[in-house]
Amino acid sequence: MDQIYQLLAITLGAILANNFIFSQFLGICPFLGVSKKVDTAVGMGVAVTFVMGLASAITWLVNLLLVELGLEYMQTVAFILVIASLVQFIEMFLQKSMPSLYTALGVYLPLITTNCAVLGVALLNIQNKYNFISSVVYGITGGLGFLLAIVLFASIRERLVFAEYPKSFDGFPIALITAGLMALAFMGFSGLKIW
Amino acid sequence: MNIVAAIAVLGILGAVFGLILAVASKIFEVKKDPREEAILSHLAGANCGGCGYPGCAGCAAAILAGDAPVTACAPAGAENAAAIAEIMGQSAPTGERQVAFVRCNGGTNAKKRYEYVGVQDCLSATKVAAGPLECAFGCLGFGSCVSACQFGAMSIGPNGAAVVDPDKCTACMACAKACPRKLIVSAPANPKKVKVACANQDKGKAAMNVCSASCIGCGLCEKECRKDAIHVVNGVAVVDYDKCIGCKMCTKVCPRDAILPIATAEEKEKYKAVKKAQAEKAAAAKAAAPADGAK
Repeated sequence: MDQIYQLLAITLGAILANNFIFSQFLGICPFLGVSKKVDTAVGMGVAVTFVMGLASAITWLVNLLLVELGLEYMQTVAFILVIASLVQFIEMFLQKSMPSLYTALGVYLPLITTNCAVLGVALLNIQNKYNFISSVVYGITGGLGFLLAIVLFASIRERLVFAEYPKSFDGFPIALITAGLMALAFMGFSGLKIW
Repeated sequence: MNIVAAIAVLGILGAVFGLILAVASKIFEVKKDPREEAILSHLAGANCGGCGYPGCAGCAAAILAGDAPVTACAPAGAENAAAIAEIMGQSAPTGERQVAFVRCNGGTNAKKRYEYVGVQDCLSATKVAAGPLECAFGCLGFGSCVSACQFGAMSIGPNGAAVVDPDKCTACMACAKACPRKLIVSAPANPKKVKVACANQDKGKAAMNVCSASCIGCGLCEKECRKDAIHVVNGVAVVDYDKCIGCKMCTKVCPRDAILPIATAEEKEKYKAVKKAQAEKAAAAKAAAPADGAK
């Protein structure tokens, strides 16, 4: 039962209270880069969720090996290696099986390699001493939090086209202001404590 | 010992992942059109964006799809365009090599209205009371084009106006986009063909007052040209490069030295002398015509 409560807490925390983008500020590059259209934002969010879940699982196993050999200090290097190969693998997989998603993601798929949210989730799993299941759940729900954030943001940006604001804010300035306001809104979840 | 273990573990991890990727690349291999790769190899590879597509790979895909012409990559040059045309099963494009050309030779020849001391950028300078030059068309010489050029072909010339090094220029036209006065155009690289180094559309005196190297639209070049290749359009001479044969007669008659290559004083003297001799000969021939006819 405790395990289920913990997983629920992790889920809520990863999606709302400790959202990777709005309260931990990880993965901002694709968040700003692929958020002009809801379609591509969904694709990016799904890709990140997929990579984060898989990366959590594999890095947890790799970490076992590192702990066994007393090489914890190599975590960052080893995780980067894992994530980079994983993203390469996913890129090949998508190109073969989902070419439309592959072209929609375009240059941003390789960018997941350097997406700090993925490395962040791997390191946070270790830091929080999560077990294997918790790690995978944290990875996937963290990705879902990213998906939620980027889809909300993209839908706001689509509507911003019709909004009236000073010309000098056109493009990234208004996007950054929007992102800041959304982060403020998400701060409201930080008081959320159920368990 | 620890170091050996670290190296070994990371090495093995890397090797395992590499192996997995190698296997995956075979399993998930996507048959690409081999022509795309071939076209890509003939593009410049600078990812300069001059073609308007996202990088060289994007340009290659567009050429393959027929959205872009085979000559879309200007920096790659005519040889590569011909090679791409062959890949695409088209005939090789003709046309001579183009380079960027700055339509101003003002610089120190142009009169200044005030001394500009702001940000050293042409666009910024134009925003301060329409620029520091009296001439509303002239090169400001703050080098926005120089910083836009990725090939080191642009520089600010000795007299303060931007000049292009035709050997280095790849005609990507990034400089043309950077110029707030739209002075940079593409022109044949052939040094024989004359080029008008002025864009001032003012007529006569107005153009004469602002710069000592301005085209005043007098039309002497137009009269002199035997190939109908140079015309005054909107108060400034424009060369039809297809017709220009590079005789350079116009450069010798231009009273403002606005046509490049600028004729030297010697050449002008010589030209005048020849003209005079021709005129005398013609007069003499006219005078002698009845006598000749009698023969």
